[in-house]
Amino acid sequence: MMPLPKPLQEIFHPPPTPGVLGVFQYLDATLDAIKKLRAAGHTDFTVYSPIPRHEIEDVLGQPVSPVRMFTLIGGIAGCAVGAWLTLWMSYDWPIVLGGKPVGSVPPYVVIMFEMTILFGALSTILGILFNAAFAARRLGTIQYDARFTNDRFGIFVPAEGAKSAPVEKVLRDAGAEEVRRG
Amino acid sequence: MAEQHGSPSRLTYDYVTRTIARTLGSPSRGYFVLLGAAVALLAIGITTLVLLIRYGLGLAGYSHPVYWAVYITCFVFWVGIAHSGTLISAILFLFRSGWRTAVYRTAEAMTVFAVMTAGLFPLIHIGRQWYFYWLIPYPNERGLWPNFKSPLIWDEFAIGTYFTVSTVFLIMGLIPDIAAVRDLATGWRKKLYQLCSVGWRGTNEQWRHFTRGYLYLAALATPLVLSVHSVVSWDFAMAIVPGWHATLFAPYFVAGAIYSGCGMVITLLTPIRKLFGLEELITVKHFENLAKLCLLTGSIVSFSYLTENFVAWFSGNPHERAAFWYRAFGPYWWASWTMNICNGLLPWLLWSKKVRTNITALFVISIFVNIGMWFERYVIIVVSLAGEPYTTWTNAVYNPTWADWGIMAGSFGWFFMWFLLFVKNFPAVSISEVKEVLAPPRSTMSKVRA
Repeated sequence: MMPLPKPLQEIFHPPPTPGVLGVFQYLDATLDAIKKLRAAGHTDFTVYSPIPRHEIEDVLGQPVSPVRMFTLIGGIAGCAVGAWLTLWMSYDWPIVLGGKPVGSVPPYVVIMFEMTILFGALSTILGILFNAAFAARRLGTIQYDARFTNDRFGIFVPAEGAKSAPVEKVLRDAGAEEVRRG
Repeated sequence: MAEQHGSPSRLTYDYVTRTIARTLGSPSRGYFVLLGAAVALLAIGITTLVLLIRYGLGLAGYSHPVYWAVYITCFVFWVGIAHSGTLISAILFLFRSGWRTAVYRTAEAMTVFAVMTAGLFPLIHIGRQWYFYWLIPYPNERGLWPNFKSPLIWDEFAIGTYFTVSTVFLIMGLIPDIAAVRDLATGWRKKLYQLCSVGWRGTNEQWRHFTRGYLYLAALATPLVLSVHSVVSWDFAMAIVPGWHATLFAPYFVAGAIYSGCGMVITLLTPIRKLFGLEELITVKHFENLAKLCLLTGSIVSFSYLTENFVAWFSGNPHERAAFWYRAFGPYWWASWTMNICNGLLPWLLWSKKVRTNITALFVISIFVNIGMWFERYVIIVVSLAGEPYTTWTNAVYNPTWADWGIMAGSFGWFFMWFLLFVKNFPAVSISEVKEVLAPPRSTMSKVRA
């Protein structure tokens, strides 16, 4: 297969990041491990979970996703496009009828509304994809376990050489059922 | 669900993943029989369409003044079917109602395929399908643009947006579930799911953006679903035809749409639940809740019928009165009374808990709901035009021909074909959302059990 151009390569197949992966059976053990890792000064670890849990979000203390800006800007842009489309096209080919205004806003609100939704939704999708792709690129290729989409939680902590041992200890102490290096 | 019913259950994360992934296994003979029937119906539709293109729309029963007939009836019917899917997936999501998780994927897939089906009808109805792009505002040599004051253009924008947004909403929700089946699958399916899951691994960053984005998509889809059937209703209400020209139409159509859609969800879920052995995930409780939605929206529809007739009488407008008299006692009395009985009286059965918790009864009722709602559109569109009092000298009784029925049969085949292919190739029940309403595995819990 032809190799991907470099920026795409970095997004889809980022270089591997060495580190330690812990597999957890229980949610509370996972939360415990996250708290301990944060107390030990780790900030760049990744948590895997089969479902979104607000407890995980809370202990991670992540900022609100910037996807909302995409939605807002997309929605406003859509509304503007709807207004421009209808008004400009009406004046470009005027249909003069019964002394009524050529460009009358009330019927055009329908188009503006639909375009707001359309652009808002599509830019939300782009927002999710871009943000997730950039996060993946930042993390690099990290260890994964197929059970994480089923019934196991996981934590991957980037660490090399001598730094791995204390991380392994934290994960095991918190109750990881399996800890791997890679 | 364990958390909802409060009873200990063998519903674990692993059980949920495997039960739903099992539905993607080798299809049974029953599945092929259904798929074969759907394809056969579609073949009837395609043959009819080819003949329509060859000989023209004269094959359909159109006659003056009825130039909107079964094709437009089917269009409104299918758009209506779509609506309850978005209600269940988006509006109930915003209301945080837990029961939706087991049924929303089916409902949402139904939405997408129903809009796909609906979209075919205006194209068939225009007669020259190859000029369909004239509807789209595109730069052309004459500098012509569409008339944005026409409700037909609003409709095109509304349906186009609805199809796009409901499709991306469905795909977005599918991604974590495709990843879950990817991690269990082997062979060509693993490759397919690998491609479709776009690298989903359930990392905290992915969930962070996904959950926010999903919330906004739901928040955008909610006003959209209300607007789409309102716009469809304005296709009629903006005209001055008696029986069409009513401000009541938008809420009346939206309620009717959700009523028919909930009926269709029940019609679809009953066999799927049996075929795929999902009795533990899709319980009687889910059917009961769907029946309650039917009861609510069905009551709004009945009330709208009463209001419509009352206003026709109370307005003192002779044309309005004549139109409604014609509707009830004219040559189409059978269509009107089918509609009144199926939509006005039938939902009252759902007041009884016995009926609401009897799946066979619900299945039968749901079919009559769909028949009733099809006839509602038929009555509104065809009967209002046929009895149009302004042009009595041209009145003619319209009768659908084989070309009308052939296309309609084809539309059912087209819809069911896509739906059946979907449920066999992608998780028909949301894996991650069903897990969300279960109690998460905690070490303290297992200690108590031990």
